[in-house]
Amino acid sequence: MKAVITVIGKDQVGIIAKVSAMCAEYGANITEITQSVLDKYFAMIMIADISALESDFAKFTDALAALGNDCGLDIRCMHEDIFNTMHKI
Amino acid sequence: MINTQDILETINMIREENLDVRTVTMGISLYDCVSDDVDKLCANIYDKLMKSAKNLVSTAEDIEKLYGIPIVNKRVSVTPISYIGGKATPDDYVKIAKTLDRAAHDLGINFIGGFSALVQKGMTNGADALITSIPQALAETQMVCSSVNVGSTRAGINMDAVARMGRVVKEAAALTADRDAIGCAKLVVLANAVDDNPFMAGAFHGAGEGDCVINVGVSGPGVVEKAIRRVGDCDFSALADVIKKTAFKITRVGQLVAFEASKRLGVPYGIVDLSLAPTPAIGDSVACILESMGLETCGGPGTTAALAMLNDAVKKGGVMASSHVGGLSGAFIPVSEDAGMIAAAECGSLTLEKLEAMTAVCSVGLDMICIPGDTTAETISGIIADEIAIGMVNNKTTAVRVIPAPGKGIGDRVEFGGLLGYAPVMRVNPVSCEKFIARGGRIPAPIHSLKN
Repeated sequence: MKAVITVIGKDQVGIIAKVSAMCAEYGANITEITQSVLDKYFAMIMIADISALESDFAKFTDALAALGNDCGLDIRCMHEDIFNTMHKI
Repeated sequence: MINTQDILETINMIREENLDVRTVTMGISLYDCVSDDVDKLCANIYDKLMKSAKNLVSTAEDIEKLYGIPIVNKRVSVTPISYIGGKATPDDYVKIAKTLDRAAHDLGINFIGGFSALVQKGMTNGADALITSIPQALAETQMVCSSVNVGSTRAGINMDAVARMGRVVKEAAALTADRDAIGCAKLVVLANAVDDNPFMAGAFHGAGEGDCVINVGVSGPGVVEKAIRRVGDCDFSALADVIKKTAFKITRVGQLVAFEASKRLGVPYGIVDLSLAPTPAIGDSVACILESMGLETCGGPGTTAALAMLNDAVKKGGVMASSHVGGLSGAFIPVSEDAGMIAAAECGSLTLEKLEAMTAVCSVGLDMICIPGDTTAETISGIIADEIAIGMVNNKTTAVRVIPAPGKGIGDRVEFGGLLGYAPVMRVNPVSCEKFIARGGRIPAPIHSLKN
């Protein structure tokens, strides 16, 4: 089971470190990181294996969202199924 | 492997374009609550609702978190109350409405629909009593929605009921005059009402449904508008393709949510309703979709054609994305709930007559339209009759939800707040239809109702 973590906002030092640290804290194993630019935004995408997540999914997404608020970034964590469903037939 | 662009497209739809699931609606049968004692009936209804829907809100919230998609409303629809009221008096029906409202509060849902009667051919004593109780029931509750089906393609139009509903709308406005006639915003008069509609105010759990079901209504006008603007100048064939592709993606989200909610709640999945439902928020407007196609302002020449194409393309795109499609499935054009419609009405481009024409090609009808408070009951009945005739002849659902705002005149503004929005009071043709409405009886079903 995988989650897609997206970080959107102004580029700044330590984004990957902070998000990775939180993933480690909750037991999410990062399998892939890519970066892209969408309009004027910096966008980072992480794919994480959440099979061994140490809390429930909602708490993990709330923690990431709170981290985003603290750093002025939009951080979202969503189950991969929403992307597969929308974009694959 | 998920494509990066696909991920960013989805995130952008949610972040910038107001993509959401408009409603997860649990349909609950109340047939097994029947009792000849109204207090026992109310107790049975309350218990059944609390038992069936106790996890609805928390489950929907968990799904929001899982997929990162907002689910704006969590709702319940019930068996039309006139079917289960037995010998209930109008006062008893008010008591039942209050029971529904109490359950809605305790469940934490946004609305409960089904304070309804279906009287397209005739009126039972129960339906009669329920209709009598509607104004008071809506004035004394917050979340209860009421609907009355007064016509169908198979049965024709019950003009006695149409005449009656004009008076009921006026009375509902009078009893909630201190709240900008909010009672009327929770009351809809329908033709060809559907059994599995998840949207309010017309939702009820129809007679052919199972004991409990999950229906999902999707949304996403902002996503469609932005897709059209991105594609720029192209012909209508290309435009229809863009809308279809976008509708497919939106509907897939609804299907995913419906399946997950069904699985977690242990309740069968009913349908996904392929509707473009606007909100008063900027960038969440059906009117703005029409304007993105090249209209200066919604309501001008070309509007009906634009809406017809939009409505058709949404269905074509959505139908392949879902295993069961139902409900109303089409573009909604409520005035007060759509920033573009409000602006078009305020500048005089959008009139009641144009809205009526638009309802012939989309779902559902004259919706959330504020009219002068001194509009007569007969004129409201005339507006209802016209709209129901469109539904009857075109074999589609149509509806009227008008708000004759007491003390307000053309150009004044009526505020409902939240998703119900606000609207300018629109002009109504003042010519009388009093003698026409006074005839009573039934308008016969059209010849094409005889399909067998």
